Amino acid sequence: MRKIKKQKIYLLALLLPFIMFVIAFEIGPLVAMIKNSFYADDGIQVTINQYITIFKSKFYLQAIQNSLVISLFSAVTSVIIAVIAAYSLTKFSQKIQNRLLMITNMTSNFEGIPLSFSYIILLGNNGLFTLLFSKIGWDVFADFNLYSWTGLVLVYVYFQIPLAVMLIYPSYQGIKKQWKEASSLLGGSTASFWRHIGIPVLLPSIVGTFSILFANAMGAYATAYALVGSNYNLLSLQIASLVASDVALKPQLGSALGVLLAATMIGAMWFNGRMMRRIRRDLR
Amino acid sequence: MKYSLTFHKVIVGLLVIYLLIPLVGTFLFSIAGKWDHTILPESYTMQWYFELFQDERFYDAFGRTLFLIVMSVGLSVVIMLPTIFIITVYFSKWEGLLQAAAMLPYGIPPIVGAVGLIKIYSDGPIQIAGTPWILIGAYFITILPFMYQGIRNSLSTLNAVQLVDAAELLGATKFQAFRTVVFPNIISGILVSTLLSVALLFSEFAFANLLVGGRFETLQIYLADKLNSSGHLTSAIVITYYSMILLLTGTVLKLTFKNEKKTVVSNKKRFLSFHKNTTLEGEK
Repeated sequence: MRKIKKQKIYLLALLLPFIMFVIAFEIGPLVAMIKNSFYADDGIQVTINQYITIFKSKFYLQAIQNSLVISLFSAVTSVIIAVIAAYSLTKFSQKIQNRLLMITNMTSNFEGIPLSFSYIILLGNNGLFTLLFSKIGWDVFADFNLYSWTGLVLVYVYFQIPLAVMLIYPSYQGIKKQWKEASSLLGGSTASFWRHIGIPVLLPSIVGTFSILFANAMGAYATAYALVGSNYNLLSLQIASLVASDVALKPQLGSALGVLLAATMIGAMWFNGRMMRRIRRDLR
Repeated sequence: MKYSLTFHKVIVGLLVIYLLIPLVGTFLFSIAGKWDHTILPESYTMQWYFELFQDERFYDAFGRTLFLIVMSVGLSVVIMLPTIFIITVYFSKWEGLLQAAAMLPYGIPPIVGAVGLIKIYSDGPIQIAGTPWILIGAYFITILPFMYQGIRNSLSTLNAVQLVDAAELLGATKFQAFRTVVFPNIISGILVSTLLSVALLFSEFAFANLLVGGRFETLQIYLADKLNSSGHLTSAIVITYYSMILLLTGTVLKLTFKNEKKTVVSNKKRFLSFHKNTTLEGEK
């Protein structure tokens, strides 16, 4: 008995480094951030004023709103494109499917600063397409500005699409050929198959993917930083400038904004978890 | 029927073109000589690559990034491997806790994590804000989900618990059982998670910029800094760095497919886990 107990203590000792790292760099900072958000600017007085400031300030409300809108918009667009594209993917032979997935996976690594830079080359003031369109005389792009909301949306959609395809593609494997045959044997049309069987089976994974993409866009920082710097009012950019800039250092306010952002993200991830559980129950 | 396949070909073709255009554009820009007012470059040159490979700052930044990656991924393997092994085999009742700790970083974007890290480490007993050490800790947490899933999946496909029981019954010590039975069988799984983590950390910008900024210039910070000076040089950096990422992920895919062939039974599981691994690569 004693020997077993002793062994268990050794084993527990081996877990210590992990526990230390998690406390020092994961739980600790989270707790510190939450605690810090309840202090006044001087860091001494306990107050909920930081949150009141945020909800009273047009500027920060706009940052939150902009982030929500761009996340919703880019997530919805990418999910729609991915649902269609992933379905088309399944129509090819397995070998071609693997190749195409490889391209998708490859481009899913193309994000952040390099991606923003690419878009500047393509669509910036002297960009490839900007010149092309002006030569053709396409007026639509005459007053297009990459360093604005439209530009941000374009770049966000770009880095969301490969991710969305990768996430939605496997759920098409869950739709069996036999179901289609059974449905048409019973007199159903293609449209009614998708309406009554296909879409309902896919729905949990579509919604789950949507929540991942939403969270992904909410937390995005590098892409926006490289493209618009501080010219566009986004939640992630505001948090960064409050906690690590040389000009307006207000760590307590930054912490409160951080808490709000983390809450949105964890909410989205929790929602995704619930949806995933539903898929698994459906498939097994 | 033929008509509908054409439709799918068009969709997938458009998707591939859309995904590849920014890459091709950047590549063209990196080998372009004079390219101001024409749609395609007027002349081609390797000048920008020569210039880049003579820039000491590039090598320094590259070296620093490598140092960070080797340290944090190395630490992660050394710490996570025994932790996950001990918990799955001997303390399975704590698995939920381990999983929660390992998956939490998915819900917390770097921009939020940085807020708390700055708060804890800028004053008090451990002042490591602004040094590479804080980045190593942050990176350890960033790659936690990958490492956890990779190692956990390989352990469960292996039936590690039964294997260890059998080895112990035959007289092996715990350490022997791990070293001679479990470890050789999961090494390729670990390699895959390691390479994915390396690829992820190569493109990490948010933590690097907020926690240390210019005081410890990593590849991404160097890139962000160059963004405003020479476009051609920047695209040469992007292409160089992206080729490395491609090489890494290419190796990952090869390894994954090789494993799939070896263990036919677990095919589906591996496929799913591979896709799960790519889940949040979107923006880090």
